[in-house]
Amino acid sequence: MTTAGLDVGSRTIKLVLFDNGILSSAVTDSGLKPLERCRRLLHNKSFDKLTVTGYGRDLVAPELSGATISEISAQAVAARFLYPDSAGVIDIGGQDSKVIRLNPGGGVSKFEMNDRCAAGTGKFLEIMARALELSIDEFAQTALDAERSVTLNSLCTVFAESEVVSLINKGEDAHAIALGLHQSVTTRVAGMARRVGVSDRLVFAGGGARNPCLRRLLEERLGLSVTVPEEPQITAALGAAIIAASGKNQGEQ
Amino acid sequence: MTLTANEQMWKEMGIDLESHGQLMNALGPIYGEIYLSQQNRPQGMGFYDFVVGDIHGIRVKELREHSKDGGKVVATYCVFVPEEFCWAAGAIPVSLCAGTQFSVPVAEEVLPRNTCALIKSSYGFKLGRLCPYVQASHLIVGETTCDGKKKMFELLAEQQPVYVMEVPNKRGTAGRALWQQEVRDFKAKIEELTGNEITAENLGEAIKKVNARRREFRRLSVLRSADPAPISGKDALLATQVSMYDDVERQTQMITALNDELEERVKKGEGVAPKGAKRILISGSPMAIPNWKLHHIAESAGAVIVGEESCTGSRFYNELIPEGIGYLEDMLTALADRYLKTNCACFTPNTERLDDIIKMARDLKADGVIHYNLQFCHTYANEAVQVDRALAEAGIPLLRVETDYSDEDAGQLKTRIDAFLEML
Repeated sequence: MTTAGLDVGSRTIKLVLFDNGILSSAVTDSGLKPLERCRRLLHNKSFDKLTVTGYGRDLVAPELSGATISEISAQAVAARFLYPDSAGVIDIGGQDSKVIRLNPGGGVSKFEMNDRCAAGTGKFLEIMARALELSIDEFAQTALDAERSVTLNSLCTVFAESEVVSLINKGEDAHAIALGLHQSVTTRVAGMARRVGVSDRLVFAGGGARNPCLRRLLEERLGLSVTVPEEPQITAALGAAIIAASGKNQGEQ
Repeated sequence: MTLTANEQMWKEMGIDLESHGQLMNALGPIYGEIYLSQQNRPQGMGFYDFVVGDIHGIRVKELREHSKDGGKVVATYCVFVPEEFCWAAGAIPVSLCAGTQFSVPVAEEVLPRNTCALIKSSYGFKLGRLCPYVQASHLIVGETTCDGKKKMFELLAEQQPVYVMEVPNKRGTAGRALWQQEVRDFKAKIEELTGNEITAENLGEAIKKVNARRREFRRLSVLRSADPAPISGKDALLATQVSMYDDVERQTQMITALNDELEERVKKGEGVAPKGAKRILISGSPMAIPNWKLHHIAESAGAVIVGEESCTGSRFYNELIPEGIGYLEDMLTALADRYLKTNCACFTPNTERLDDIIKMARDLKADGVIHYNLQFCHTYANEAVQVDRALAEAGIPLLRVETDYSDEDAGQLKTRIDAFLEML
């Protein structure tokens, strides 16, 4: 049986086709009409069942005759599928960050998610990269190349942006600012990880996991190593496809 | 333009008709979507639909009628204020708490933004002349359960007479002595306001009346422990919210009828959600009308809310006052002690609340607890750390959410609640 998992995120939409393994995957920007984008992604694809996760799940699922699952459950399932001994997931996405602790059976035993604001998310980093006039990749590299960092006092995205502007105007080095910004995200996420109580065998997923500086800082701060899947962006979609295959969420929609 | 009878009344009360009209126009569709769309509702909820349908009409008119004959209306914000004195002295107590984002921007013209939504909303109701209940009241009674409210009452006193009761921070000997005196001072205040003496006889009657309503709410709580749950959490919450400003005897009657109906449902195994639906206990900050957000999100996701460990829940009805005490002084002592048992996060320590949550979760056979925290309510937010630990020890899953009255975080809340229900 082939199943499809669709992750309708705030920044991008991800599709995974699954049959005991990933058959194919695709990523596209969410845009202003996510439902249309989903239809285009699914065009000419054949599958037996669809499960939708992510922010837009309730908009998209009924239109495409799919079931829904939360991103948190989807990430947990994908982490266990990719790494059977994993005990936790850190997911830094476009709009939220999450830390999930898994129980021995692979289910979610505890999780935390950032409250409404963008602090500690991919959005935060995107806005800060723009303030430094760097692409996301350049921004990560600039931070990695830094020899020292400046401490950013504000976690609020809007205030942090003003702080960055005033640091630039004081002549502060862009490398040090970039590293400081990455540190403020990882401090926040590591705090959540401590509250959730993850200790080892952590999977780092979501678009944020593509940022090597975040990965290095998270490992340093938590004092453990994290595993980044080959395509960290698609793990929630993968989890949704696996859940569709298991039929566990068919009752709901 | 001709005014309806209600509009005429509101105008006489100094209500800002235009803004108020917008508020009323917004409430109707929200109520329709959240309440009237529910399946298998008990017939007893018809009364509450009727009350909300004319939320600023009929009851306000009753208050005005009462005032015409010299009767007093006493508005309160908190379950610490002993309503028995009002009933005993022939005054009508009404709860003023406000639960809508609509009045928040008005309040933010004065109050700091990082103040809890409940404080802002209630202050905004007065400032924006949006609430006929506050307009109809002769005295507002505040209390010192949090610093934000304490200071808000000082500002509110610029607009209307306000009396503040001091709730101690500790329940020890000194705290109890303070509270005993505060209760007696409040009695004197109500006597002065109404010109009526509070006697052993009329206070005894009032205690019985309020106890009767509390007993029916306790019965309702027991009925909600059935699986399938005979009533939605939304409906039970609404009954509690309305009881806080309605006539005590009428409410006892209405809840009794509702309970009788629910008892039949439980016997027949009928419910509002399928047997085995995930059962959630809500614990934390109060939810004033029309704050139905969390209940609505959780119940729309397939859960059923089976209890509220809250001021708009168990803290409102749990403890009774002993009846049949003959001496006024002893009655006052017993009454004060009853209110001091309210497990508000303003107390340090407040371990009794942790025990309450665990007991309620077990009695109601809850699969999990959602700790609801109004943003910027520091006492509950900090106490949530201990709630988290206590529930972990008891093996009861907990989800902590912090939110306010706006809808901007509805998506995030839904994700968390969906994930929590999937996890249970």
